Amino acid sequence: MKIGVKIMPREVILDTQGRAVEQTLRLNKLPVESCRVGRFVELDISGAENQALQQADQIAKTLLHNPLIETYEIKKL
Amino acid sequence: MSKIGVVRFPGSNCDEDVCNFVRAKGFTAEYLWHLDQFTIADYEGLILPGGFSYGDYLRSGALSARSPVMKSVREFVSRGGPVLGICNGFQILAEAHLLPGALVQNEKRRFIDDWVELEFLGKAKFWAAEHPNRMIRLPIAHGDGRFYADADSLKKIEDQGQVWLKYRGNPNGSLRDIAGVLNEQRNVAGLMPHPERAIFDWMGGVDGWSFL
Repeated sequence: MKIGVKIMPREVILDTQGRAVEQTLRLNKLPVESCRVGRFVELDISGAENQALQQADQIAKTLLHNPLIETYEIKKL
Repeated sequence: MSKIGVVRFPGSNCDEDVCNFVRAKGFTAEYLWHLDQFTIADYEGLILPGGFSYGDYLRSGALSARSPVMKSVREFVSRGGPVLGICNGFQILAEAHLLPGALVQNEKRRFIDDWVELEFLGKAKFWAAEHPNRMIRLPIAHGDGRFYADADSLKKIEDQGQVWLKYRGNPNGSLRDIAGVLNEQRNVAGLMPHPERAIFDWMGGVDGWSFL
């Protein structure tokens, strides 16, 4: 089954990439209140749904995100 | 003396080398800042130099391609003015859709810093128009240099003679070994190798000299 992991920089972390995108949007007259750039990882894991979600969580915890600077969310796709 | 504009973005780092090249060829070089627009009639040609504009955020060249200076660049292009994009400049022109295709990460995911052999296939207006050689040697230095286009666009680019340069011995996985392309009108040209880094003997090669 396909599972998505959304990883975002924590609010307290200066997201320079998001800031640069936000600035370019403003220059192009497409202003937004704010813009943050994270990443999205798609995992394909076989087995029962519960187990797969658990494994995805483990993967997100151990490799995909750094808890000091990022948060993550897991979603069945 | 005719003037060449060198467009500077935050993170351009080959701008001075390009200016030195332009001056060595007897042109006046003038920097153009990414936040400004300019009077297009003042310039005989424009060069977008290499570097890591905006730290390659989002996609290489993506943010620069949407900066205010590009409005003037577009206008310059539509009047037939010659524009050259080198490395990051090529990525910016592709992101601005002034050149076909996209530059994605090298196939082996490594940054490559090397000399490559190239072959001219197409002819650009102005840039390297009088180059004496068909086979040349130039340095490359890029992480996102793999030329990509979907099958239909690739066919179109090839059928219309828009392939400017091909690698001999593909370093980065570029489709059809493409190292440089032209727009349909031939006044916009982009390449991943650095001609400005091969203009004097002490640089290790002089095949870049005739690009201007």
